[in-house]
Amino acid sequence: MEEEKLTRSEETSAAKANGLSEVNRAVAWDGCSVLLDINDGDRLVFSRLSPSASIKIGNKKCSLRPLVGCPFGSLFTVETGPSGPHLSRSAPSSTGNCVEEISKDEGQSVNEIRDNRSLIDNNTAQSLSSEDIEAMRSEGATGDEIVKALIANSSTFEKKTAFSQEKYKLKKQKKYAPKVLLRRPSMRSICETYFKKHPQRTGFMRVDTLSMLLSMANVGPYSDALVLDKLGGLVVGSVAERVGGTGYICSTYFGTVPYQIDIVRMFNLSSDVCARILQAPFSDLSPLQNAPSECAMSDPSDVRPGSPETAQPDPSNELLQDGDSLLDSRDNGDDTLAGQKPVKPGRKAPPEIVKSWKDNGFTSLIIAAPEMDVESLIMDLLPLLAYSAPFAIYHQYLQPLATCMHKLQASKMAIGMQISEPWLREYQVLPSRTHPHMQMNAFGGYILSGIRISNSNTGGVIEDKAA
Amino acid sequence: MTMMVPVDDAQKLSLKRPIADGDTVIVYERHDSMRAVTVSPGSDLQNRFGVFQHSDWVGKPFGSKVFSSKGGFVFLLAPTPQLWTLVLSHRTQILYLPDISFVVSCLEIVPGCVVLESGTGSGSLSTSLARAVAPSGHLFTFDFHEQRASSARADFERNGLTSLITVTVRDIQGEGFPKEHEGSVDAVFLDLPQPWLAIPSASRCLKPDAVLCSFSPCIEQVQRTCETLRSSFTDIRTFEVLVRSYEIKEHCFAKSVSEEDGSPVGPPPQKRKQSTLPANKSEKTESNFSVMAKPCNTARGHTGYLTFARLTVLSN
Repeated sequence: MEEEKLTRSEETSAAKANGLSEVNRAVAWDGCSVLLDINDGDRLVFSRLSPSASIKIGNKKCSLRPLVGCPFGSLFTVETGPSGPHLSRSAPSSTGNCVEEISKDEGQSVNEIRDNRSLIDNNTAQSLSSEDIEAMRSEGATGDEIVKALIANSSTFEKKTAFSQEKYKLKKQKKYAPKVLLRRPSMRSICETYFKKHPQRTGFMRVDTLSMLLSMANVGPYSDALVLDKLGGLVVGSVAERVGGTGYICSTYFGTVPYQIDIVRMFNLSSDVCARILQAPFSDLSPLQNAPSECAMSDPSDVRPGSPETAQPDPSNELLQDGDSLLDSRDNGDDTLAGQKPVKPGRKAPPEIVKSWKDNGFTSLIIAAPEMDVESLIMDLLPLLAYSAPFAIYHQYLQPLATCMHKLQASKMAIGMQISEPWLREYQVLPSRTHPHMQMNAFGGYILSGIRISNSNTGGVIEDKAA
Repeated sequence: MTMMVPVDDAQKLSLKRPIADGDTVIVYERHDSMRAVTVSPGSDLQNRFGVFQHSDWVGKPFGSKVFSSKGGFVFLLAPTPQLWTLVLSHRTQILYLPDISFVVSCLEIVPGCVVLESGTGSGSLSTSLARAVAPSGHLFTFDFHEQRASSARADFERNGLTSLITVTVRDIQGEGFPKEHEGSVDAVFLDLPQPWLAIPSASRCLKPDAVLCSFSPCIEQVQRTCETLRSSFTDIRTFEVLVRSYEIKEHCFAKSVSEEDGSPVGPPPQKRKQSTLPANKSEKTESNFSVMAKPCNTARGHTGYLTFARLTVLSN
């Protein structure tokens, strides 16, 4: 049973969580969602640890069963066994130590310093052929042994600089001894992975931008967060993860068909948290009894009532086409503790909760709909906020946000407004080799943030929220 | 009953929860001028807009506009960790929104987590960390400066955060984190002059695969930190996070007028009122009125480097 595999620290954390028993589950369980990192970020794959789940590495297909019960952060290598290739738990990489040895070498005398002036790239340096390598493999040689053999049989290896040797070794290791790292999906890893692999599916949302949206909108415990998420559920999932099992996340939509929020299922959110993710059409939330605002429907890619068009493509289907391990679109309930009925995120908001939202106002608003008309969205959704509630709007284009900000100022609906453009740069930090990464992402979108205020000049008692 | 980080449903922001005596409100005077005020009977607030009686505020919803004796006005906002960062008194250099939000996300902090922080400084990040772990988690924060630790403690008490934050005076560089935290911590944040001295202790406190973050202004500190991290940590990454702000301006161009209406010099463009429109309002139509945006001329160029690393999982 899963319970036996709980470590002591997990039990402590569970006890502290006062009933939120699935906080930071440290060990992969049957049916959980995982992120597989192959060769230090070269390849990233989402998967679900169902009985039939597997991954293809090079030309070898390995079952993912060995991952169940292992802690997140465990490392695996592909080993050849009697029943074929399989994933086996291995010790953490020792490349870190190599780097430190190199820095000591640099302190050696001038005679030791090498460069590449005499190295000629004509493909004749390696004397082992691919048949030789295959023969070694069928005799049971491990990946590391093959790499050692390749180094020994390379005529140019000794002439390379220490850094260059390190690079060569890493390259061979990636091919002949690939590593698979089991990672727990979280807002950070999910956002980064989509940004790297399929950014168009998540509206090019970069992790620093998403982080700022959550902070600016004051997402936290007991939040009643109103979210318009057209990024496949990335924002809804991130908000839910931050709110935890208190408060509510209302994923709203215009028209009659809810927007796809399948990415939420990658977060491994507990039942308690999933139960807090509700969907409600704008028409239910709006204090007006009329049909939804016409302006908000001006986006042609939006779904109109009665339209034969389906909603956005299901992100998990597209993952399938890529040949990645699939996220089963039919939840079998494997991802909950045994005996518990799973709660699917995104059930329809019950009327009493909708009423409480109308009476109290939402405490946060996040809009992430890069293709929609942001001005009409904010005009429709801002009045649903409590006064003094913050909002944050993500958009790919500056001009619509500028127009929006101006309109909000003129109508005195909001204060403290700001248009921000987040900037993020990563650094390589190695002895004698510290510099920013050569590749950099140039753009993470814009954010318009602000706080809703009461426009009324009349003082006195709490007013009923005007339309 | 303050509500900066609600720990139950009654404390959340709501149209139905009016301002009461004892509440902390954030008084918003202008976009660059705000302060925290504790509402108390018989008190008043005096600023350039006049005198404001606290008694006028009680019973109104947060987000209300309130007036002074001479007709000036301010807004009363509900306190949040963001607003607190902007109004708190700086005893040390503080972290601002871009770094704070990136840290909370990359440390993967969710409600229920146990987090260690050193040093506490002015409590800017601490307040946001409290929100991230609430209602059932906890932040243990350490500072070696007794007076600053006291000031932080007083702030947290004023903001209703004592159930979420414990402040301890301790020299983490010299002594490491207390043994009682070993093996039980979900995230560690270091903002120290020599963070490498705290890393061995941090590595004992963190659960496997949990994340450590070190914030350092200087690249030399970062290099030494990364070197020390390599023995027990993996996935070591260093970032810089900044934000660029934009300002907007109305631009009106009448067809027959030779000079531009929009003056390049004037009050801060965000605050420009409708009265800057041309005198004959009939010219203001959709076709000759637009809003332009440009980046602000000043920006923060550097705060510090953020290094994140995960405690390596052993394969025993």
